[in-house]
Amino acid sequence: MKPFDYSRAKDRADATAQGAATTDASVQFIAGGTNILDLMKLEVMAPDKLVDINRLDLGDITETEEGGLRIGALVTNSDCAADNRIRRDYAVLARAILAGASGQLRNKATTGGNLCQRTRCYYFYDTAMPCNKREPGSGCQAIGGYNRIHAILGASDACIATYPGDMAVAMVALDAEVEIENADGKLRNLPLSQFHRLPGGTPEKDNVLENGELITAVILPPPVKGAHIYKKVRDRASYAFALCSVAALLRVENDEIAHASLAFGGLAHKPWRDAEVEKLLIGQRPSPELFAKAADKLLESATGQGSNDFKIPLTKRTLVSVLNEATKNEDQQRGASQ
Amino acid sequence: MQQAKVTTTELKINGKIHTLDADPRTTLLDALRNHLGLTGSKKGCDHGQCGACTVIVNGRRINSCLTLACMHDGDEITTVEGLGGPDDLSPLQTAFVAHDAFQCGYCTPGQICSATAMLEEVRAGWPSYVSNSLEKMKALTDEELSERMSGNLCRCAAYPNIIRAIHEAADNLTEDDLSEEGQSIKEGQL
Repeated sequence: MKPFDYSRAKDRADATAQGAATTDASVQFIAGGTNILDLMKLEVMAPDKLVDINRLDLGDITETEEGGLRIGALVTNSDCAADNRIRRDYAVLARAILAGASGQLRNKATTGGNLCQRTRCYYFYDTAMPCNKREPGSGCQAIGGYNRIHAILGASDACIATYPGDMAVAMVALDAEVEIENADGKLRNLPLSQFHRLPGGTPEKDNVLENGELITAVILPPPVKGAHIYKKVRDRASYAFALCSVAALLRVENDEIAHASLAFGGLAHKPWRDAEVEKLLIGQRPSPELFAKAADKLLESATGQGSNDFKIPLTKRTLVSVLNEATKNEDQQRGASQ
Repeated sequence: MQQAKVTTTELKINGKIHTLDADPRTTLLDALRNHLGLTGSKKGCDHGQCGACTVIVNGRRINSCLTLACMHDGDEITTVEGLGGPDDLSPLQTAFVAHDAFQCGYCTPGQICSATAMLEEVRAGWPSYVSNSLEKMKALTDEELSERMSGNLCRCAAYPNIIRAIHEAADNLTEDDLSEEGQSIKEGQL
């Protein structure tokens, strides 16, 4: 690990001021630290300064006037998944968080930090290899290389890495917003679906955060009734990243699909959502034909990279399985266990 | 190369206050093992993948290799040395001995710290990925224990006996312990 200065932020203004003091990645916030310290040990990231934000007052889950929840950026994954309101009204989120990492990591990982976790692309982690995300302009060895875990949607010639998380996938399905504070003390809210970005020609930028900007909260809208399902397909039964995952909020009324929000993990540089697929489902009677049509629509523009070609049929089957489960489940408040 | 400063950190470890002067790069694990002589916590992968370094900080199990000591000023830390010694083994330590829940023993301190805090999570009503209901866990099954302990690897694969040992230590968990949170959800007492 390269030497760095350590500073504990006194308050939010102090944190954002320290973060905004540079125009590059040389100052980084640290919260749970489980990803950034791993990357610093490997010197994939080598900030000159770490600003510890753990003592800021951002650790509560509170109810909003609109009837939703405001999850402070420093609420740990464990506390979020154990919160009675989340378990009761946002089961898809509790399930997604519990599908990720291990008990030890969820105790450290925070809501804001988890949104900022970086790809697990092997080439990004291997400093002996070119990688446009780690070293812009150096090339991408995953294209044409080992790319079993890589993107099938929204990739570019510069980068085929995936966003690895689970929590954000459920939050995108829930139409969550992220609240961000800048060095002038101004807050901006944006839909979480617009927080992560596609790689394009600048894969070094995972998300839209500017220097000094601090995630202060994730805001959930009022609960959506219906089936809450998070299905994750991975190489091990536990403690592994998703090859593909589906977060689904689905409600059937009068034998027709009245509500469908679907987000997907492991497929792209960001949690993937496709309004066309949802539109295709809403107002229709559940049927195998309809589900197959939705799955084909979702993967219409998918491109395999060789080793990850299997993700295309795998994702279709996973979506169909989730839709079957969501429309057959009598107790729609309950999520799936697997 | 930039010269790193030394930070001073006060850590309360197993009930005793230690003052650490160290480079900020020092992980909590390296502080325990190399600076404070507490070598019970083990370094396996040093990347948060194996769980051998698990310690309990402010009541929560964490990977001590993936956190900086300087981030823990004032925190209360329990290592395996603080759970019990040869003459006063904790219930989990006793159960690990009784069930031969190890072979080489390298992962054992992490397994025991992890399991100790994991049982507290169960008492608090936390669900897991394999819990059928988020509201009420019916029983602490083998599947529940495997899922909840998946952050601790044992390369000797002593898993069957680790599960038996944890079951024995968990036997004092009552049905009420498992259902308390679930009941409060059902009754709307948030």
